[in-house]
Amino acid sequence: MTGPRPAAVTASGWGWRHAGRRRWAVRNLDLSVPPGQRVLLLGASGAGKSTLMRGMAGVLGDQEDGEQTGSLLVDGRPPAQVRGRAGLVLQDPDAQVVLARVGDDVAFGCENLGVPRDEIWRRVDASLDAVGLQVARSHPSSQLSGGQKQRLALAGVLAMRPGLLLLDEPTANLDPEGAVEVRDAVLAAAGEATLVVVEHRVELWAAFMDRVIVLGEDGLIADGAPTEVFGRLAEELGAAGVWVPGAAAWRSPRPHATREAAPLLAAEGLAVGRRAAGSRMPRIVASGISLTVAEGRALAVTGPNGAGKSTLAMTLAGLLEPAAGRLRATGPLSAGLGPEPARWRSRQLLTRIGMVFQEPEHQLLTGRVRDELAVGPRALGLDDAAIAERVDPLLERLRLGRLAAVNPFTLSGGEKRRLTVAAALATRPRVLVLDEPTYGQDARTWRELADLIDEVRYAGTAVVFVTHDRELVDALADDCLPIGGMRVPEASR
Amino acid sequence: MHTATSASAVASSRASRYRWRVVDIVVASVIGVAAGVVFWLWGQAWTPLSTALVFLPGLDGLLAGGWLFAGVLGGLVIRKPGAALYTEIVAAVVSMAVGTQWGPETFIWGVIEGVGAELGFAILLYRNWRLPAALVSGAVAGLSTAILDTNFSSIAAQSFEYRTIYFVAAIVSGILLAGLVSWLIVRALAATGALDRFGAGREARSREADDPDAA
Amino acid sequence: MSLPIADPAARISSFNPVAKLAATMVMTLTLLLSIDPVSAGVMLAFVLAALPFTGLGARMLWLRTWPLLIAAVLGAAATVLYGRPSGDSYLQWGLVQVTDGSLQLALAILLRVLAIALPAVVLLSTTDPTDLADGLSQLVRLPARFVLGALAGLRLVGLLIEDWRELSRARRARGVADRGRLRRFAGQSFALFVLAIRRGTKLATAMEARGFGASGARTWARPSVLRPRDAVLVLIAAAAATASATVALAAGAWTFVWAL
Repeated sequence: MTGPRPAAVTASGWGWRHAGRRRWAVRNLDLSVPPGQRVLLLGASGAGKSTLMRGMAGVLGDQEDGEQTGSLLVDGRPPAQVRGRAGLVLQDPDAQVVLARVGDDVAFGCENLGVPRDEIWRRVDASLDAVGLQVARSHPSSQLSGGQKQRLALAGVLAMRPGLLLLDEPTANLDPEGAVEVRDAVLAAAGEATLVVVEHRVELWAAFMDRVIVLGEDGLIADGAPTEVFGRLAEELGAAGVWVPGAAAWRSPRPHATREAAPLLAAEGLAVGRRAAGSRMPRIVASGISLTVAEGRALAVTGPNGAGKSTLAMTLAGLLEPAAGRLRATGPLSAGLGPEPARWRSRQLLTRIGMVFQEPEHQLLTGRVRDELAVGPRALGLDDAAIAERVDPLLERLRLGRLAAVNPFTLSGGEKRRLTVAAALATRPRVLVLDEPTYGQDARTWRELADLIDEVRYAGTAVVFVTHDRELVDALADDCLPIGGMRVPEASR
Repeated sequence: MHTATSASAVASSRASRYRWRVVDIVVASVIGVAAGVVFWLWGQAWTPLSTALVFLPGLDGLLAGGWLFAGVLGGLVIRKPGAALYTEIVAAVVSMAVGTQWGPETFIWGVIEGVGAELGFAILLYRNWRLPAALVSGAVAGLSTAILDTNFSSIAAQSFEYRTIYFVAAIVSGILLAGLVSWLIVRALAATGALDRFGAGREARSREADDPDAA
Repeated sequence: MSLPIADPAARISSFNPVAKLAATMVMTLTLLLSIDPVSAGVMLAFVLAALPFTGLGARMLWLRTWPLLIAAVLGAAATVLYGRPSGDSYLQWGLVQVTDGSLQLALAILLRVLAIALPAVVLLSTTDPTDLADGLSQLVRLPARFVLGALAGLRLVGLLIEDWRELSRARRARGVADRGRLRRFAGQSFALFVLAIRRGTKLATAMEARGFGASGARTWARPSVLRPRDAVLVLIAAAAATASATVALAAGAWTFVWAL
């Protein structure tokens, strides 16, 4: 496959303000990227990295969407006029799949650019090959893992033969294996095209990039070779949430409970699965699980994607029925109810097992942050004074105080996550289950969440967290249960 | 690319007022799809509900509005000519495909109800996109359903009294369930920030005392 | 999960989707014009006779069609009670009037619901949405931006149904799933809309980044072709429609809906 001509990007005094906002998303940007260079773009959240990427791809929109000052040119022309020269890969694997079959999805870009039919399918096969996606053209695009979907998006972009490859946090929502797959696919397939990558997990890319630029409130605040920029600005970057390579790992500062802690939930030979719509039997994803959830101890459930971690988490939280085996709550937890959490009523779950979902937006119920925290206490029948007594300290502790009247959907990713954790804690459950708490988070929010979970554990709550984040496991877990395949060992340290 | 001169700005703004952006098409489709899923769920509930109403003749017209809100909602969000029609058609196709019991009737009804909703906005010359437009659009959509159902569907086989009650109930349902509820939904959606790329969302943001960007 | 196709291997699935759509429309529009047991009965007989040729399995068919039976029975029941009265009256109570006429109409309604919906279900559930979109854009020449935009949005159905179940479980976890079903349905529907619009907005950006919506000619990777068998299908459908109308007219049973 002959490579496309690499593109050059030049920005002079470029700024963009989204319609209806007062603040400029990007301002005073002067930048020149020569053809073929590989650039890593960093900056604090809200610094405008995504806006810049979309600007270079030409998808920011016209006057209806915002206003522009200065100029941003790709190959000397406005990006919107040279669609197809720039290819953009976004963060969310599900949001980029356009068509239902893999081959069709990759062909989509070529169709839009008016490529002749035979050439389209040649490019499709070549692109799928280049990203290492070994599936048939008619494979359903929804039945791919996250890493595969990102590679599919990459293939779709590569089929357009772009000279400029833009990747906006391509591995943020993936597990470590998927992240490495995508990184390798990009490096193998990019060829000589100009490459601009936005990424928190810098060590994955730093060795392969020529240049690092850091975007700030008013233009660039750093621009140079990777080692130089990381050396000089390690602290600022760390504070901005970038995972600076070589920074010290966070460890839990609080003492850990002993093994004799009181058990609250016990599973024996448990098998978990979900029922597909319309079928009677659940499809078992993991079986033979035996574990104990004990007061003041943190249990980490690990394993590759699709191994059944989320299903296990929901089963432990009483939201799914066990497919086989037993899950029993001990006396102190069930406190007068039957031993099976799946049989408890919704209100009874509140003070016993709290669950924080992987996607915070699934759990947002109200129009204001304060009301969101009050949902649980209100369902318990507490009066206003008692509710305030629970909600106010949580608002303060989680730094959500000044957001108390804001609509929860408008919060940033990290704030939404803190909110859903706080909402689960408002009813003081004795067990807290968290599904991928650090998914897609930058370094700063990661530290906050890890600290919060540790504090909750230290206060006596039993914590179960499902994750593929090795650092979180190393930092927090007392016990670890790996899941993958059908037979699993007993939980152990 | 500098900011355009005033003359061409006016011309292009008028053109862009009617031309659909990609995000308009996709979000209208998405609203239609989500509405179609809700229609399907509503259809599941319709069977027991209408069984209950079997003894209250004609009042199942009140449920008719549940199928009309897609068009009104689409029009209020996208704010471009054709939005109401398009969204209602997509919703009808989805609820038909996901498996309701009415088959292609659903599609034909969807087209005509969509035309009704569209007419409502057209009557106001596509200038008003707030509560009055929502209510008018819902009313006209309800009217179109009323005419269709009492003449072409199984309802046509019912007695005159039944059909009259149904007719009025359908229009009322259109105004309330399709018009008022859609307007409330759009306001609530705008508050979540999901509509930031649309006029409805941006108006809501500028109405807020707190500037979210000051954070 | 995209919209589940009934059976990609069945013979009926390989027909051009536009032809199938045309066939469905022809049959439906004809039947819609009249409420009488003869036209509906003839069409239904035709359809049932043709079913074995479609290559669809019995179980698949049952799964798709049992809601139709329920709807047909319900519609017929309501008609028995409130149908337009004529002839002898058997029961009268308030607005309820069971008469000769209403019984006849009930039979007609029963057959009509089945006759209209059954072919549609069979033909359309064996159609791949992408192929239909290709057909509509290439053959019927509908604007590609809208057809493909709708198709992309349609693909989200599977995701939205998954989202709905997550939303239900989240409400159980938050303690509010015990009562207030109607309120919960409303709240959950709203949350579904928010999620749907967010996904759609991101999808629109991704599509634009792949050149969608830009000016310039578009090519098609999958050609949609009409073959002789497609013409045959449409002709058969037209024949069925004409036959049912003719028989009903000949039997004197045909009654235009507005002339009831």
